[in-house]
Amino acid sequence: MNDMSMNTKTQVWIEICRLEDIPPQGARVIRATLGCVALFRTASDKVFALEDRCPHKGGPLSQGIVHENGVTCPLHNWVIDLETGVAKAPDEGRARTFPVQVRDGRVLIDRALLA
Amino acid sequence: MSQTTPKKLVVIGNGMAPGRVLDHLFEKAPGAYQVTIFNAEPRVNYDRIMLSPVLSGEKAYEDIIIHDDAWYETHGVTLHKGKKILEIDRADRKVVADDGTVAEYDKLLIATGSSPFVIPVPGKDLAGVVTYRDLDDVDAMLAAAKSGGHAVVIGGGLLGLEAAYGLKRQGMDVTVLHLMPTLMERQLDPSAGYLLEKALADRDIRIITRANTKEITGRDGKVAGVVLEDGTKLPADIVVMAVGIRPSAQLADDAGLEVGRGILVDDHLRTSDPDILAVGECVEHRGQCYGLVAPLYDMAKVIAANLAGDEAQEYTGSVTATKLKVTGIDLYSAGDFAEADDREEIVLRDAAGGVYKRLVLKDNKIIGAVLYGDTADGAWFFDMLKKGTDISDLRDTLIFGQAYAGGSPLDPTAAVAALPDDAEICGCNGVCKGTIVQAITEKGLTGVDGVRAHTKASGSCGTCTGLVEQLLKVTLGDAFQPDAVQPMCGCTDLGHDDVRRLIVAQELKSIPAVVQELNWKTSCGCAKCRPALNYYLLATWPGEYVDDKQSRFINERVHANIQKDGTYSVVPRMWGGITTPDELRAIADVADKFKIPTVKVTGGQRIDLLGVKKEDLPAVWADLNAAGMVSGHAYGKSLRTVKTCVGTDWCRFGTQDSTGLGIKLERFMWGSWTPHKVKLGVSGCPRNCAEATCKDIGVVCVDSGYEIHFAGAAGMHVKGTELLCTVATEAEVLEYIGALTQLYREQGRYLERIYKWADRVGLDVAREQVVENADRRKELNARFVYSQKFMQNDPWAERAQGKDAEEFTSFRLAHLGKVA
Repeated sequence: MNDMSMNTKTQVWIEICRLEDIPPQGARVIRATLGCVALFRTASDKVFALEDRCPHKGGPLSQGIVHENGVTCPLHNWVIDLETGVAKAPDEGRARTFPVQVRDGRVLIDRALLA
Repeated sequence: MSQTTPKKLVVIGNGMAPGRVLDHLFEKAPGAYQVTIFNAEPRVNYDRIMLSPVLSGEKAYEDIIIHDDAWYETHGVTLHKGKKILEIDRADRKVVADDGTVAEYDKLLIATGSSPFVIPVPGKDLAGVVTYRDLDDVDAMLAAAKSGGHAVVIGGGLLGLEAAYGLKRQGMDVTVLHLMPTLMERQLDPSAGYLLEKALADRDIRIITRANTKEITGRDGKVAGVVLEDGTKLPADIVVMAVGIRPSAQLADDAGLEVGRGILVDDHLRTSDPDILAVGECVEHRGQCYGLVAPLYDMAKVIAANLAGDEAQEYTGSVTATKLKVTGIDLYSAGDFAEADDREEIVLRDAAGGVYKRLVLKDNKIIGAVLYGDTADGAWFFDMLKKGTDISDLRDTLIFGQAYAGGSPLDPTAAVAALPDDAEICGCNGVCKGTIVQAITEKGLTGVDGVRAHTKASGSCGTCTGLVEQLLKVTLGDAFQPDAVQPMCGCTDLGHDDVRRLIVAQELKSIPAVVQELNWKTSCGCAKCRPALNYYLLATWPGEYVDDKQSRFINERVHANIQKDGTYSVVPRMWGGITTPDELRAIADVADKFKIPTVKVTGGQRIDLLGVKKEDLPAVWADLNAAGMVSGHAYGKSLRTVKTCVGTDWCRFGTQDSTGLGIKLERFMWGSWTPHKVKLGVSGCPRNCAEATCKDIGVVCVDSGYEIHFAGAAGMHVKGTELLCTVATEAEVLEYIGALTQLYREQGRYLERIYKWADRVGLDVAREQVVENADRRKELNARFVYSQKFMQNDPWAERAQGKDAEEFTSFRLAHLGKVA
């Protein structure tokens, strides 16, 4: 089933898990072909997908503390914006982000992650 | 820079000057040089001007690090710690260190600094005679201060007085010997010197002027006293020489470079060999040697520019300003204040107010300034001094400061507003007003912390913090709210103590309740406040509050220590450091079965299994549990280890069963959460083999019973414990330590070790509440015992049986094929 609501090229959405499989203010990890992807769920039930690598020293962001729309890396306390993947100033760097959506309580990501 | 092969830059010395060169160089020409540093000191680059606050206990070593290990790694710098260069081989362009390490260079930077001058009196080589130059000296002084006693400081200049103040703060009885008739005679005239002497006497520091040291006497190779020429004898457990410094130019001299008092350099800071540069206190430039940090930073800018290919920048010398870093005494001096015929002085005295100001003028320009007791105008005078401003029009009111310049008083912010953009605000880091204002406006900064993070201004000695606040006020207007209390984090204006008080007073029992009722500025807190709130709630409402694992740092959330590659390490508990062949076999089997790469013995008498994959953790724990082992909480702000010696079980000298007592203490206290980690030691006799006197809490067994010690540290900060009391029975040891721990749990701020808590509230608080007041002790201990009822479940067993399963499993995309 193709979803055309995203204004990018045609995407194929795959169900990863249900929303309740991710703890609120927590994360789960997807082991994908291109490496690990962290799925975050905020206190307001927004879900974000980022590569599980801090731009600073490759720390696993999925293990960090999640607050509002950010996560604090467990290795050296860099704060990464979940929406953009950008590190909070004065630090500089960016973690890759991936499109993700929640539909009927199911968490979906773009099949491109398989590529 | 073009992408050519990087040139090899070798740096001899790792002080603040070369550190600053590299900061500028990596900014201007990243990747242009492959840098190797040789540091005779066994550590990274730290802020030497902050040694005085470290000595006085107002700061810790970790607060004054400029470049941590990660910085060297990030910039690909090879740092040889504790290696001293013995030879510069200019023919082969290489340097040789004392351990045989050789490094070749294209460019060599010498930054050997200076060495303290030691007066050549008999006894100068005795143990306990130290200089005041680096962290090792400070550690030596702190170690001497631990046992109290007498300190004699030779030299009543800036450094000597700061050393005296620090040793006094550490509880020693201090005498300063000064050769001249008044203190700091180069900076102050006799009456100002007298004001300073009086201020130091008020702090119980004894000053002897016109003191000519004849000899330092010793006993068993250790210093015992000082004898003066006039026959005066002073007892001394430590003698600090602070009479001056001389450039360390020997290495350069041996290599055939031109040397005067220091290594001779031109305006590009080049030595007589164009491929060898020199920076800092080891150089002599236009006849001047410098011993302050600002000129070193001026030099560093030029060297970095030159190395990056910008030959246009030149160093033409510096005017210097300095402050005395003794809390409560304001003294600022700048420029040249030697008397001469072609100079005039303007002096203001207010003996009652303890204020003295002196300006030295030449050709209607300020060439020197000394301010004592009121240093607010330092920056203003210094700015005119550097620019050579003609002060003819201001002359009548000049000495009253900027507020009265031209006759009408201004408020202090107006004075700061009137400063030009290139006026220096932070002398330590060479930051001018324009840089700070630009950072405030461009980065939207609202507080001193932000200014510190972005510009380094006020990040070193902190004396310009007030100026930085005024700049924030000038730039932001009413939007600037100065903080009286250090807020817990950016989410609130409340400090830790207020939050703890309000949690109790308003009976707040969850993080959302705190966030809501105490008007947090964020919807759900941040990584700084949430772990703190989680601990405060847990400690305040035992048995009621439900732990919020998402507010815990990952180590505590998964009960293991995260390592740099994202794997974990696991430390099973070994009660009192005692283990068995069966336990060791089980540990070995686990290490084999899960291919755990490293098995290491820790400093706390435990075994650490490092490199465990996160998903293996529950299975590892299940196997360890099966052999009877539980979590050692090596990851927690909680009770970690109780170290012991073998006591009366085996030892010829043991006075009590220290091993047994250590096991009892650990069984009593394990599982408790605390503001920071808590480590104990129990020694069976005063030989103290378990090193109990540098632990958070320590017990030293003696014939008559048990000494209870507390507030020691042996990490970044090394500090001996304080004696709490001596008790007669093991039962009392448990009761007193339970009460002490509970007092710390109730009063300590999150991430504040016991020694820092004790320092903040005062040692007497613990003595009064735990020792002198028996009722209070019993209440505290009862609360600790009650709280422990809910804490002593092995977190590993719970997780081995499936708790938090989602934490240890991941989704594999290869197994997910379902197209939505």
